[in-house]
Amino acid sequence: MARMDFEVVVLAGGTSRNLNPLVSQEVPKALLPVANRPVLSYVLELLEASNLKDLIVVVEGEDAALRIGGWISGAYVDRLHVEVAAVPEGVGTAGALRAVASYLTANDVLIVSGDLVTDVPPGAVAATHRRHSAVVTALLCPAPVSGPSDTGTSGGKEKAKKPVRCNIVGLDPTRQYLLHLATGAEVEKDIRVQKSLLRAVGQIEIRADLMDAHMYAFKRSVLQDILDQKDKFHSIRQDILPYLIRTQLNSEVSDNGGIKSELGMDNISSQNDLRWLSQHREIAPSAFQEPHAFSLKPLPDARRTHKCCAYIASESKYCARLNSIQAYSDINRDVVGEASHLSGYSFSAQNNIIHPSAELGSKTTVGPQCMLAEGSKLGDKCSVKRSVIGRHCRIGSNVKIVNSIVMNHVTIEDGCSIQGSVVCSNVQLQERVVLKDCQVGAGYVVTTGSEHKSESLARK
Amino acid sequence: MDMRRPPRTVSDPKVRQVGFVTPSEAPPTRSLSDAPTTVAAAASAASASSPPSGEISLPGSSLSPVMIPPPRHASSDGRPSAPVAVPNPASSLRRESLRIRVGSYNASEVVLGTPPSASPSSRTDNAASEFSEETMSPWHGKSGTAKVASSFPGSSSEMIVMKTGVGGGGGAGSTPKSPLTTASVVKTLPGISEKEREVLMGTQNDGAGVSKTLKEKTTKAERRALQEAQRAAKAAAKEAGAGVKPSAASGSAVVANTKQGKVVKPPSQKKDGPQIAPPSGSSEKKVVDRPPEKDRKKDVPAPRMQFDDKHRVEKAKRRAVVNQFEAKNRVELFRHLPQYIHGTQLPDLEGKFFQLDPMHPSVYKVGLQYLSGQISGGNARCIAMLLAFREAIRDYSTPPEKALVRDLTAKISSYVSFLIECRPLSISMGNTIKFLKNRIAKLPDTMSESEAKSSLQSDIDRFINEKIVIADKVIIRHAVTKIRDGDVLLTYGLSSVVEMILVYAHEVGKQFRVVIVDSRPKLEGQVLLHRLVAKGLNCTYTHINAISYIMHEVTRVFLGAASVLSNGTVYSRVGTACVAMVANAFRVPVLICCEAYKFHERVQLDSICSNELGDPDVISKVSGRQDLNHLDNWADNENLQLLNLSYDATPSDYVSMIITDYGMLPPSSVPVIVREYRRENLWI
Repeated sequence: MARMDFEVVVLAGGTSRNLNPLVSQEVPKALLPVANRPVLSYVLELLEASNLKDLIVVVEGEDAALRIGGWISGAYVDRLHVEVAAVPEGVGTAGALRAVASYLTANDVLIVSGDLVTDVPPGAVAATHRRHSAVVTALLCPAPVSGPSDTGTSGGKEKAKKPVRCNIVGLDPTRQYLLHLATGAEVEKDIRVQKSLLRAVGQIEIRADLMDAHMYAFKRSVLQDILDQKDKFHSIRQDILPYLIRTQLNSEVSDNGGIKSELGMDNISSQNDLRWLSQHREIAPSAFQEPHAFSLKPLPDARRTHKCCAYIASESKYCARLNSIQAYSDINRDVVGEASHLSGYSFSAQNNIIHPSAELGSKTTVGPQCMLAEGSKLGDKCSVKRSVIGRHCRIGSNVKIVNSIVMNHVTIEDGCSIQGSVVCSNVQLQERVVLKDCQVGAGYVVTTGSEHKSESLARK
Repeated sequence: MDMRRPPRTVSDPKVRQVGFVTPSEAPPTRSLSDAPTTVAAAASAASASSPPSGEISLPGSSLSPVMIPPPRHASSDGRPSAPVAVPNPASSLRRESLRIRVGSYNASEVVLGTPPSASPSSRTDNAASEFSEETMSPWHGKSGTAKVASSFPGSSSEMIVMKTGVGGGGGAGSTPKSPLTTASVVKTLPGISEKEREVLMGTQNDGAGVSKTLKEKTTKAERRALQEAQRAAKAAAKEAGAGVKPSAASGSAVVANTKQGKVVKPPSQKKDGPQIAPPSGSSEKKVVDRPPEKDRKKDVPAPRMQFDDKHRVEKAKRRAVVNQFEAKNRVELFRHLPQYIHGTQLPDLEGKFFQLDPMHPSVYKVGLQYLSGQISGGNARCIAMLLAFREAIRDYSTPPEKALVRDLTAKISSYVSFLIECRPLSISMGNTIKFLKNRIAKLPDTMSESEAKSSLQSDIDRFINEKIVIADKVIIRHAVTKIRDGDVLLTYGLSSVVEMILVYAHEVGKQFRVVIVDSRPKLEGQVLLHRLVAKGLNCTYTHINAISYIMHEVTRVFLGAASVLSNGTVYSRVGTACVAMVANAFRVPVLICCEAYKFHERVQLDSICSNELGDPDVISKVSGRQDLNHLDNWADNENLQLLNLSYDATPSDYVSMIITDYGMLPPSSVPVIVREYRRENLWI
């Protein structure tokens, strides 16, 4: 039996348009290095720490699946039991789930996005889900503060001004039930709230400071029904979840399939009772009586409601999704900086990580919150601040790297200055290149003396 | 321990030196502290058990036979000198005389035995409790002590010196007991000179300090040697006891050996003496002491943990699944009840969702629901628990090499303790668990696993059905006969049975009005009000503050109960007692509706000794009145404690009638139901 009757599906996506030019055929999104570890490893390790060792990883595209599968089998042999499923590209998250739905047998399914970097225990989401006997429970976390911290450069400041609004979330007064969730383009539109829902709950709290972290617990039977019946549904976030939330009081999903054994305990009573129930007053005996129809009339649509719950992570937890270039540099910064416990490395006294095999030239300084992976060489008089430098990079003299990410096997020649940029693997930066807020795709060569600002450079 | 030991150790060697005896003897007077008492008790026990030998040996003592049977009290009678001597250290003369006797075997035994017996009355009381266990080990203790005395002359004076020097701190501890063990050790390792040994041991002791280490150090072989030595000693002692004792040369020789060993050892093994002792005779006493103590603790019906017992709490914490932080400002009177900082448990438990291996998901779920308050109310909690157990049983499979009966019982117990951590069990749940365990225990061995499981599941179903669902129906039938047209019924809080009664009475066309009395902080009455109004009942809602006003128009009071105790006390949601009392004062009949499975044979006179503490924060906060924040941060004020009791006890005087599934009875008839129910419980 699956642990606690939960099965785990990790949606490790494929390539993402948002992250061009960082991702490519060679580097699917799941393998994008965050602090020199593939981002997927953060999810896998989080699950491993929670004792969830039987995982299904769904990847879009055969190639990507091969790569990811290869990496997992190398890195997690003997630690995790992972099955990698490849689905054709473009089927969306719902399609990916459809592909693996037939393998699922447990009562509930935990679905985790592979680009999640967090330390919120998945058990908490699962436990909340179980406790409420919900149909779906979503992990909501405080929306990340984008842009570098106070000490950041000008580029960071601009971004910090921009309010991050990922989702608009409607919650009941106890903040346990998810009553509204707007994602993507819907965020900009007007909010529509069902009157019946409002009447049932009495009060809805609308919040814009929460982010849907793409960790969901679903009741398997319901999920499979939806996947079967609604074959147009393309994505969990945009189709399935809103659908479930919308139909909370008028459920079309057969929610009572797996519950029969528990007699009435799981039935929510009528709409009106949802109010009481949402105020911690789920009085079971009354629910229990229903099947034994005596004295109490069975409530009219008691069986036609289901619960959508939310687990709100506390502020102290770190939670971020790698879904944009900005997020990528933010996560890299945080994992080496404030959320350093996630990185799994031990930091030196200077609050940085310098691999013993890295070589530093004279008068080269590596500031705090930096990471220098194995085999990298820095020339003289270099300065590295709040940056991550990958393996086997060769960096010349007088190079300044600030707030940037340099991946593996990058060659940076003398006199370069890199600020707020992402430099992918095998890039060559020739002498005196100046990059500011740029992304350089893999294998690109930046010619001598060129200056770029806020550009995306990639091989055609 | 160490503090008081040194003097004793010193004294032991010096037993011969009469002058110092007095200080050594002094400790007995301190006997009030545990260790000495046990020693004393042991010694006294020894004397008691030893009687035959003692009698014989005591040539000089006046009434030897008298002292034998009741050693502590009687002994004093028998031998006047002994009792006096021990209690009063001042009377050195006595002791001296005693000591002098020590020189001769016979006398010494008696003497050693007696002093403890002579101990002050308070001590004897303590000792008395332990006697039962200690009587077992009489011989060795006695012989041991005697030996100590006798051995000294034979043993080199150096040894004594050694002790005082090296072992001064350590060896002192258990004079009579430790010696024997050491003796065996000496035997086992003949190569090492006793002195060396001492030194070694002493150093070890110093380094380790803890007795355990020493304990571990004694190897199997050593222990066996000890045992053999001890056996030999026993035999010798017996011989002696047979009457020849003093004269028996062989016995004395053995004794001598043992004595030496003892003498040597005491310094080395301070505390260990007793613990290691098990094999050796003298040590046996202590060993015997120990386990029984534990057993005794177990035997004591400890229905609930007393949370002011720090040791227990610590232990429980180590075992606990849920990390619990105890609240700081607890009301002194209720310290024995568990109280945790609210809101710390749930997140912790949720975080560990996948990490708790042995817990069945459905049990875990119920635990979470208890913890979060999603399931509350006696029946609801009970049903939820039973259903979770049923699922757990359904998914259960006996591990290889284990018996279903035992393993499943253990499983259920672990589930129950988990649920207790989430929220203390209600009395009704306790009864239910007892039922279930009983059913498991009664499963015939011949039954296959699947049969057993299905029979248990159907037992659970039947219990729910018969004891709760049908019982409620019966109660409703009974109760409705008590509702007449024009009645004004008052109820308090939210009781599922009362709700059903009211609804049913309405459905059968009775004309009545309902007064719902409610109280903060739970405001459960609102739920009832909501439901009743939805059903078209005529309701009045008020808070308990207005109870005395509203009561004059009420004709009957219907109350639910968490439990009914055998003295007729009704244990129910806090506030019930108040309502019942006011009703009683207004001569309004109070009808308690309670299923018989909630009855308990316990007798409880107040609501202090067993109760449940709720979250104190909820009483400090008034919902909808944010301006009433005077109690914010109350936990920082040491002088302020909030008390949120969950239950109270209504004396049976206020109860006119209890309506159960067995009919309507006066509270005085509860014991009958308990008895009947008990019997039935066996064969349900």
